[in-house]
Amino acid sequence: MTVRVKFFAILRERAGASEISKELSDGSTVGDLWRELQKDYPRLAVQGIRLLYAVNQNYVGADHRLREHDEVVFIPPVSGG
Amino acid sequence: MFRVTKEPIDLSELVRYVTDPEAGAIVPFIGTTRNNNEGRRVIALDYEAYPEMAEKELARIGEDAKKKWPICKMAIVHRLGPVQIGEASVIIAVSSAHRDAAFAASRFAIEEIKKTVPIWKKEVFEGGEVWIGTQTGQPLTALK
Repeated sequence: MTVRVKFFAILRERAGASEISKELSDGSTVGDLWRELQKDYPRLAVQGIRLLYAVNQNYVGADHRLREHDEVVFIPPVSGG
Repeated sequence: MFRVTKEPIDLSELVRYVTDPEAGAIVPFIGTTRNNNEGRRVIALDYEAYPEMAEKELARIGEDAKKKWPICKMAIVHRLGPVQIGEASVIIAVSSAHRDAAFAASRFAIEEIKKTVPIWKKEVFEGGEVWIGTQTGQPLTALK
């Protein structure tokens, strides 16, 4: 399956991309995707960072199973306000 | 009205939006950019959002506030892009029949914005730049 990944803030800078497509084996979770992406973009592994995960604009856990065409965003610590 | 914008935020637009014949109070909150943070001389702030989800989360905050307090209307607009020192980065306006509810809901909204809404700011200071952030219950981090 293919999912769409959007990068923001520090992760966008580290990946050098705002949006990518990623091919994954069926049944992959958000956590699996993050491990795969760190192989493709080694600089994504920011030391000490804690991430939240969003699929199709809703917060999910790392064990959330992905489906074809999902939009996935890894959310670094937020700082609105 | 729950949105993010690259334009300067118009306070009077939000106040008009929450104006309600049932309301006896309107509380505006303006978050502005400060020229210092943790000992750094801040030159400017640059805000970025996951816009679709940020607006959805802002609307969720509005719904939660309505469940907690008897408010009439709420509006939240958050600025994106470069924001100069002293300018508004976020404005919240709340109306309610009696002032307690509007004050409480406004306070709740700004605290929630800082916890759950996918908006990030990069602090440009004398000598460098850094992404600031917190995550639910976690201390502030500064990442390069």
